[in-house]
Amino acid sequence: MQLDLRTISIKPLRQTFGHLARRMGADKPASRYIEGTMDLQPVENFHYRPSWDPDFDIFDPRRTAIVMKDWYALKDPRQFFYGAWVLARARMQDAAEADFALVEERGLAAAYPEAGKAVVRSVLLPLRHLAWGANINDSFIGAHGYGIAISQAATYAAMDQLGIAQYLTRLALAFSDIEALAAAKSAWLEAPLWQGLRRYVEDLMVTGDWFEVLVAQNVVLDGLLYPLVYDRLADALDASHGPVVSLLTRFQSEWAGENAKWLDAVIKVAAADSPENAEKLAAWVGQWRARALEAVAPVAEAAFGAEGAAVLAEIAEDLSRRLTKAGLSLGASA
Amino acid sequence: MDMKVDKKLGLKERYALMTRDLAWETTYQPMDKVFPQVTYEGIKIHDWNAWEDPFRLTMDAYWKYQAEKERKLYAILDAFNQNNGHLSVTDARYINVLKLFLGSTPPLELMAARGFTNVGRHMVGAGPRVACLMQAVDEYRHFQTQVHSISNYNKYYNGMNEFAHQQSRMWYLSDGKSFFDDAITAGPFEFMVAIGFAFEYVLTNILFVPFISGAAYNGDMAAMTVGFSAQSDEARHMTLGLECIKFMLEQDPDNLPIVQRWIDKWTWRGTRKLASVGMMMDYMLPKRIMSFKEAWEMYFEQNGAALFNDLARYGVKVPKCFVQTVAEKEHVTHQSWIGFYMKPDSTPFHTWIPEKDELDWLSEKYPNTFDKYYRPVLEHFDAQEKSGNRFNNKTAPMNCQVCISTIKFNDPDDPMKTLIRSKTYKGEKFHFCSLHCEEIFDAEPEKYIQAYISSHQVLQGNCAPEGVDTTAPDFEPGAHIAAYWRLDKAATGDFNGSEDQANFAAWRRQATSN
Repeated sequence: MQLDLRTISIKPLRQTFGHLARRMGADKPASRYIEGTMDLQPVENFHYRPSWDPDFDIFDPRRTAIVMKDWYALKDPRQFFYGAWVLARARMQDAAEADFALVEERGLAAAYPEAGKAVVRSVLLPLRHLAWGANINDSFIGAHGYGIAISQAATYAAMDQLGIAQYLTRLALAFSDIEALAAAKSAWLEAPLWQGLRRYVEDLMVTGDWFEVLVAQNVVLDGLLYPLVYDRLADALDASHGPVVSLLTRFQSEWAGENAKWLDAVIKVAAADSPENAEKLAAWVGQWRARALEAVAPVAEAAFGAEGAAVLAEIAEDLSRRLTKAGLSLGASA
Repeated sequence: MDMKVDKKLGLKERYALMTRDLAWETTYQPMDKVFPQVTYEGIKIHDWNAWEDPFRLTMDAYWKYQAEKERKLYAILDAFNQNNGHLSVTDARYINVLKLFLGSTPPLELMAARGFTNVGRHMVGAGPRVACLMQAVDEYRHFQTQVHSISNYNKYYNGMNEFAHQQSRMWYLSDGKSFFDDAITAGPFEFMVAIGFAFEYVLTNILFVPFISGAAYNGDMAAMTVGFSAQSDEARHMTLGLECIKFMLEQDPDNLPIVQRWIDKWTWRGTRKLASVGMMMDYMLPKRIMSFKEAWEMYFEQNGAALFNDLARYGVKVPKCFVQTVAEKEHVTHQSWIGFYMKPDSTPFHTWIPEKDELDWLSEKYPNTFDKYYRPVLEHFDAQEKSGNRFNNKTAPMNCQVCISTIKFNDPDDPMKTLIRSKTYKGEKFHFCSLHCEEIFDAEPEKYIQAYISSHQVLQGNCAPEGVDTTAPDFEPGAHIAAYWRLDKAATGDFNGSEDQANFAAWRRQATSN
């Protein structure tokens, strides 16, 4: 049974804005993601060159080696405009908040075995600095990426990484372990275990091609590190010591899966646009993946001991499958 | 809910762990290569840690608060649209405010988003980086909620559907575009003074009052809700702008003359940009809030002066243009409206001569100038229009090389004289609307000679569609400009007799009678 409610119906003159009707090939209603994204970045008649980089226009497609016929083809399958993004994150935050509350109420952190705490301190906590580095690198993409489709998604990712750095800080606080944060920072700065990763993100901070940064930081490094730490290590800790770490890192694990869908879509579309793009992307993946594997290897070993290399190899294969599915031809070495 | 404050930690310490403790001094790449933008403007920062966080918001709380606001906002927009809310505005003339707004504001919010992302990438201190990035995503919010709230009006009224195309092409949108292009191409500190301080702090009320109160006064719940929902974001942005000024001034005495020059420059550039906003208050809102003159006195002369008194302890002086803005406040809005009225073929919004009671309101609000200078002009135009001889200025305007406004404002000492200043630089002649703009040019001539001036481009044949031979002897530069703008004829000219006027009347009848 349906109620026949009525409203006064007035025939509109048009369904959407001109630039969207031309893009969609028809005058039909556009989603809020499309309305808030497509064709809105200025592309012409700029008044001045940037004083901080006068070789380029304010927005300039020449800031990357990737060439796209249409930069707005790099759509976000999550359709994240600002409102959709904060609603999605607020839902995840609600869950995380409940998890942190549960851990506190039940005294789960206090009761967590020392062996587990040691892994949290040595492997998880230094990652808050890595997430901060990712925030810097993603904000670079947000500043210089071409078109709003990529710039807004990268800027939201930058804020997500800041959130992750803050969740890791809260993790230490949940264990009442403020001193561990200082020790983790020293380790990040000095311990050989972390120097490969620190060099990796610092090198990206001076890499000028924003698409290369996207590949190296988000696709390759996150693609290896997040499954290693937030899936495999969290599972292993749960099995040994009870499900505390997976509760307190649920945001990261869920986020990585969701973020990968966005990245896979971007890579797939960019690679499909031209053989040159596909080749360039594969070359970047090859080059940065070799470095990332080397940098992550000691972390895998710290997390899994002698089995670390095998675990990392499996994850590397998963990443290769992901990227092959996205249309990249990765050589045997990659 | 907010994060529980750890018993051992104060809020400030906790926030420091959540932000600045995350940062480190890079060593594999030198800091000056990682953050290359923070030194060349001459601003000296000795201790980034001295930055006082203007608000302490972690991402979890940010997501939570912002999501609540978004939920409410979009629920109201949906209800407004479903119930033909556009028919509840005071008068269809009001919708022209939205047309001017859509062309001039969301595209600039987007520039603010990109600009704050860049500053958020390039500031060395973690405190300002986080605050700037948060503002960057807020600006995405403002840009998108504005587009979303006006989208429904676009379905029913003319003049809004090509805003994306027109943002970089339309002559009268060049002033706003040049303002943000100027800021984003400056270094990060100047950007913060330009947008964070001058625009979002000193001038923010003059920007917000006309649009948001105007929407509230005129029955536009969609635009009103967007504005009120943005207000708590704006409060954060204001504190960031002010903190940035104080931080620079506290770090080194050598920063003062640089900051003062930027304050002088950007307060003036903002003032010029606001002339068209003031025009909305005095001419375009059917139900008026207050006159632009009253707003200027309250928000700029009083509140602004209080702010600069507060900053006097750092040696900051009231912006140089202060006196001129006071002298101009009784003139600029009339000159702007008359300027737009005179060009009925060149804007995607309608103009009109105010009704008699509206002219009387202007006489009362502007006792020193309206009856003496402007009412006679408007009454003359009205008589001409009614006798079938509507004034139509078909020539291209002359523009100020710096603010890109059309040269139309009077000499501060003589209301009957248009102010125009000119000078030759490297063999080329440039024009300015004011001494302040000329001084801005003199400080950075190599920047301002790059300005894109629509009138010049048309005359050079750069605004013709592809396939038109601009070198042909019979090429007429102005003939293609409407096509270049994608200007819909139905959206131009007089409100009286427009399709908008007829549709609104018919739809309102349909909605209110049987």
